[in-house]
Amino acid sequence: MKRFYPFFVLVTLALLSYAFYQGMFAAPTEATMGDVQRIFYYHLPHAWVAFLLFFANFLASIWYLVRRTERADALALASAEVGVVFCTVVLVTGPLWARPVWGIWWTWDARLTSTLVLWLIYVSYLVLRRFATGAQTQVLAAALAIFGFLDVPIVYLSIRYFRTQHPQPVIGGGEGSGLDPRMWIAVLWNLAGFLAFALLLVRLRYRLALAENALEAAHADRALGNLEQMPPPRASTQAGESPESHSALKLGNEPR
Amino acid sequence: MKFLYLAYIATWTIHGLYLLYLRGRYQRLREERKELEKP
Amino acid sequence: MTVMAVARRTLAKDLRLEWRAKDAVNSMLFFALLVVVIFSFSFDPTAEESRRIAGGLVWVAFLFAAVVALNQTWARELRNQVLDAYRVSPAPAVSLFLAKAVGNFILVSALELLMTPLFVVFYNLRSVGPVYQLLLIAVLGTWALVVNGTFFAAISIRTRSREIMLPLILFPISIPALLAMVDATTSVLTGEASPRFWLQLLAVYDLVFTTVCLALFDTVINAE
Repeated sequence: MKRFYPFFVLVTLALLSYAFYQGMFAAPTEATMGDVQRIFYYHLPHAWVAFLLFFANFLASIWYLVRRTERADALALASAEVGVVFCTVVLVTGPLWARPVWGIWWTWDARLTSTLVLWLIYVSYLVLRRFATGAQTQVLAAALAIFGFLDVPIVYLSIRYFRTQHPQPVIGGGEGSGLDPRMWIAVLWNLAGFLAFALLLVRLRYRLALAENALEAAHADRALGNLEQMPPPRASTQAGESPESHSALKLGNEPR
Repeated sequence: MKFLYLAYIATWTIHGLYLLYLRGRYQRLREERKELEKP
Repeated sequence: MTVMAVARRTLAKDLRLEWRAKDAVNSMLFFALLVVVIFSFSFDPTAEESRRIAGGLVWVAFLFAAVVALNQTWARELRNQVLDAYRVSPAPAVSLFLAKAVGNFILVSALELLMTPLFVVFYNLRSVGPVYQLLLIAVLGTWALVVNGTFFAAISIRTRSREIMLPLILFPISIPALLAMVDATTSVLTGEASPRFWLQLLAVYDLVFTTVCLALFDTVINAE
């Protein structure tokens, strides 16, 4: 299994390079938009990968709430973070495509706007993880993740309908627009390449999360070890101390 | 046309920045581990 | 006691407490008034335009008022360690949530009822479409904000910067509901379209998220 990993890195690099060639050169030039349309070969695969990652976050969060394993939580965090990165790419490449083609940076088209809302939801998830205190962070974040993902279809539906009421240019063609099969090939190669790349990133982030947790536990053990060598503390608590100051003394990783 | 290059460059810049961020945290992890080993 | 009975008792207790300590409610009312006035300074439209933008303005104003109300949802409980007591008691967590959510709904609705005539006056509003539809939108929309807001308020009290945390996690998830409220209100005010789709969307939103809130509240409350 250990030898698989560097091999996979090479495979990923190969996929990405070939996909780049496909998108930049092999795929035919689009009739109306010209070569700028090749942004699509990065824009769309990133959107799909981001969505897959957020789905992974949803599953990992449910798994965490059911089983409460550290690995589930680490996976949830990793997939959300990498998902936000990919989502950012979609939001940057979208306007860069829209500007030369339609003359405007942003169009409130259904897919791009849904991606923006998705980005907002998962950034708020990451902020919650950063700002929550104590052992409950993981549970609260998992709950928020479930809310967020269940919202996704509603977000898409609402924006789609809003757009039928107030039409705007659609980036990437309407729902039924056909694509030359050679273009589909380029899309699929880029999807494969970036999916592999995403898996690598998630694995990196996942292991980082687990390692950091282990380190924190080691710190806590060390602190406990030191405490045991100290003389026992004075009598009981003083009157008027709030429970919150007690919980501040509680260590992060208590077994359940 | 420059938008096409900008888009591809922007994509890899974003990925590159994230990789740098990960590298920074891995480095911090390594340093803290060494801290822990010392005494 | 049944879930609903406990919820009703808790709600009655909350309303009584709010009524006795009118400070919080009064300051919220004044805040709501301020929001309306400031918006009126910023946007000074003709009658025709005002019907078009009033939907958005009104709901943004309601949203601010709701956040102020939601932020103090659990403040009292936190001060007196009521949450710990609740966790120890056999009362179902769901009852507590229902009581809080309904209480917030009543409070925010009261704020909306106060702000609406002010908007009508400042913007010379007159609805082209039927008013009962506006009421329906308001009920479904307010519940959408309040149900998630009450839940997220419970989450945000366990964070640093809790006042900013609540809107930060509430707003993104509420976007489809807000879009629905705003566009539906505009459709009715201008009479240009039927709000039927939006009402259905809001109903689905309310159903989905009320269920999720009830299902997960116990987990969140006991997360420690």
